[in-house]
Amino acid sequence: MPSSFRNFFLLTHFMEDSTTLKQEKENQELVEAGQPWEEMVTASSQDPESGLSEPPEVEQGPEAGPQTRSSPPGIPQSGASTPVDDLTGPGASTPPSPPQEPSTSLSPLALARQDFMAPWQSNKTTSVISEAGTPPSDHLEQPSDKGESTSHQTCQSEGNTFQLSQQTKCHLYGPRDVSYNNSKEKELRFAISQEKDSNSNYDLDQPESGASEMAPNMLEIAIQNAKAYLLKASSKSGLNLYDHLSEMLTKVLDTRPENPVDIIENISQDVKMAHFSKKLDTLQNENEMLPTYEIAEKQKALFLQGNLEGADQELEDEITEHALPNVMESAFYFEQAGVGLGTDETYRIFLALKQLTDTHPIQKCRFWGKILGLEMNYIVAEVEFREGEDEEEVEEEDVPEERDNGDSEADEADEDELPRSFYKAPQAIPKEESRTGANKYVYFVCNEPGRPWVKLPAVTPAQIVIARKIKKFFTGRLDTPIVSYPPFPGNESNYLRAQIARISAGTHVSPLGFYHFGEEEGEEEEEIEGGRDSFEENPDFEGIQVTDLVESLSNWVHHVQHILPQGRCNWFNPIQKSEEEEEEEEEEDEEKEDEKGEEPDYAEQEVGPPLLTPISEDLEIQNTPPWTTRLSSNLIPQYAIAVLRSNLWPGAYAFSNGKKFENFYIGWGHKYSPDSYTPPVPPPAYHEYPSGPEITEMDDPSVEEEQAFRAAQEATVNPTEENEETEEDEDEEDDYD
Amino acid sequence: MDAESLLLSLELASGSGQGLSPDRRASLLTSLTLVKRDYRFDRVLFWGRILGLVADYYIAQGLSEDQLAPRKTLYRWRRRPEEMATQTSVVKGRFMGDPSHEYEHTEVQKVNEGEKVFEEEVVVQIKEETRLVSVIDQIDKAVAIVPRGALFKTPFGSINVNRTFEGLSLSEAKKLSSYFHFKEPVELKNKTLLEKADMDPSLDFMDSLEHDIPKGSWSIQMERGNALVVLRSLLWPGLTFYHTPRTKNYGYIYVGTGEKNIDLPFML
Repeated sequence: MPSSFRNFFLLTHFMEDSTTLKQEKENQELVEAGQPWEEMVTASSQDPESGLSEPPEVEQGPEAGPQTRSSPPGIPQSGASTPVDDLTGPGASTPPSPPQEPSTSLSPLALARQDFMAPWQSNKTTSVISEAGTPPSDHLEQPSDKGESTSHQTCQSEGNTFQLSQQTKCHLYGPRDVSYNNSKEKELRFAISQEKDSNSNYDLDQPESGASEMAPNMLEIAIQNAKAYLLKASSKSGLNLYDHLSEMLTKVLDTRPENPVDIIENISQDVKMAHFSKKLDTLQNENEMLPTYEIAEKQKALFLQGNLEGADQELEDEITEHALPNVMESAFYFEQAGVGLGTDETYRIFLALKQLTDTHPIQKCRFWGKILGLEMNYIVAEVEFREGEDEEEVEEEDVPEERDNGDSEADEADEDELPRSFYKAPQAIPKEESRTGANKYVYFVCNEPGRPWVKLPAVTPAQIVIARKIKKFFTGRLDTPIVSYPPFPGNESNYLRAQIARISAGTHVSPLGFYHFGEEEGEEEEEIEGGRDSFEENPDFEGIQVTDLVESLSNWVHHVQHILPQGRCNWFNPIQKSEEEEEEEEEEDEEKEDEKGEEPDYAEQEVGPPLLTPISEDLEIQNTPPWTTRLSSNLIPQYAIAVLRSNLWPGAYAFSNGKKFENFYIGWGHKYSPDSYTPPVPPPAYHEYPSGPEITEMDDPSVEEEQAFRAAQEATVNPTEENEETEEDEDEEDDYD
Repeated sequence: MDAESLLLSLELASGSGQGLSPDRRASLLTSLTLVKRDYRFDRVLFWGRILGLVADYYIAQGLSEDQLAPRKTLYRWRRRPEEMATQTSVVKGRFMGDPSHEYEHTEVQKVNEGEKVFEEEVVVQIKEETRLVSVIDQIDKAVAIVPRGALFKTPFGSINVNRTFEGLSLSEAKKLSSYFHFKEPVELKNKTLLEKADMDPSLDFMDSLEHDIPKGSWSIQMERGNALVVLRSLLWPGLTFYHTPRTKNYGYIYVGTGEKNIDLPFML
């Protein structure tokens, strides 16, 4: 760029020299010279295409220089008999290109010189023609001619260089014409075409122009060289500066940004980049846009789904109406609280849920929330299947216990040879039956609305217990293995299910009285062990004042069972075994327990808060209350709703407007802890063998000890042969020592 | 996010779930405009929301002409104090929501008295306001990002908004190297000569996200098909950066508790 600028400055220097020349000559002219100028100037100012006469940035002036100069050359110097009109000679050969060139000069906001040009171009052709019409040098006309000629002297020279060097380039101006599709330009072009006609008249006149002098010739050659340089194609890119500049200025004039001088470099870069991206469009765009189209296709399927169901629809209508939740209504309320996914996204989820309920036999369905992941997110739906239509799950064998027994028996046979390992894996706590406890609901997830829903497996207590001890991000792919310590039994789908269970148990709340226990007959035994686990909607629920809901946490209750430390909601006593097993293994168990001393004689029953406990009983986390309540709007409290935000599980929200309520979760799926996470330490290593005298190492006795021992022995058993033997033995031992 | 495009930006950032309620949105729109006028900022950004236990803080930042100049941060439209207390890092737990709330922190300091050196427990009181200030500053330094090409540096050294920025292309948008930290660069000098040769001095004058430690502390996702790219920080959960490829829309917002996720290495 700098070198080109330099050239432009050179050109302008030339121009300025010529202008000074012109100006001197103008000054020599009569005062009348001023008038035509004024006419022209006024004409230009009146001109609607005032864009041309706008004072442009000077920087662009030099750049525009060559182009502006291109404008006038076409217009011949009529009656150019003064010595000033040296250049008219060359200008005599007016090629067809110049008429087009003027159009290019229209675009650049150029020098003050443009003021000369503009009026010249926008002039009514009549004035030109009138001036041209009197070829004989009229004194009165001369000034005007001179005015034109002086102004266009340089232009002509430029035009000459244009013509001489770049005859072939005239077609380039064509595209530029095309780009100037502004109405303004059209008018100008029209004016120019009229001038064209007049130009032809000039051709006859040009030969009459005078001879050229030497100095202007030099100028002209210099300008030619400059322009030739500008048009030289770059060896790297095949572009040339002249075209690049013209394209750039085209772009600037088309887009008309503010303060273009400040961003001219960026525009230049963009223009260059535009050159090269054309060829690769078809290749690159295909790859990039495919996923967008895929998703759009899938989501289009969502929109069409409703029409595909045939006759069954009427029958299922009754049920599906209950099943499908009013997601948009809940979303509206949550939006009041400042929580939500955006209307567009929520609607797509709504449709996806509809698709889910249509394809599966679902009794109740709820939009549980969204869990964010590293690569993809999960949209979770909480579902309750219709009675008796549960999908059967593969039964898992309770292998660990039996296997242990088998191993221990085999080891017994080898007892003499190998020490027996006393390790017995703690009994696997069986998972809860479906529809009870932590497995009360079935969860479906999908990565994005439109993608197929995947059912998450039921959760086992072991998974919950370990999920409490680890903290991992979700990646978004259900089959990712979870690498952690303690090792998590399962992959990401299990971990996700475990976290969902914990979040539900911890944060699903409802206003007091919304749910109540069902019939209270004959359930005392269950009460003692695990508390009631079923509840129903209370038809007599009258609603609670929103302000009450906000002020006091005791107006909200948990309606999901608390998960015990064991990992289940209902306590399972691991010591309870079937009667047969107890008889067989009773003795063994007792032995093991005695030796190990680790297992208690009976497991303490773990108790958790019963169902429908008010959340005011929740524990604080280091001085932080577990819940934060807020009214959704302080400005309009009459219609505000109560919003509950969990501090224990950041991202869990609940709202209620007194009668309706809903829970929602959006977040990463982790519990909050003010302290940083510390991974649990591995347990101490087990004793491999029982310590006994046979395998315990002992230090070899020192010399003094042995001598003392020997002395003691000698003292007691002297004359016997055994003493001698022992002495010999001891001697031998001494030798070994 | 720019105050001018607040509504659109909120819609684009809604994938993380936390947004603004309609009445907050409305009040923010008006108050941000007033702030811009009163403080004569060139651009006003709505920085985000810090959730406190009792109340939330709504934070805005005003930028002057030079984009990397120190920004003025306002919460609830009161100018925050200038000083930055580094000792606030010891304060753990949630924000209260009351700027005048004071945290008490007992520090064990060594006090020299004559020739004896003994330890004394000093109770340091830290105002929540200062804590807020330092947290915002930390978040800005750590995770405020802009796409490559959105800002450019003039030869005079000032940094301006690039008005011809037309957005990243799709392939660029998926790469971490197309995003820069919105702060003074720290790592630039450590780059190899080869890398430096490829850099454009007017565009590549900030640190890119590629070399953030720990690796993987950014989650980059495409939402809505390929129509929106969302970056979420895992180090400061709650910071969401969104950008629509091939358009000028981009921005970031922080909605969260204002606590750093120190467990990040365990979680990856």
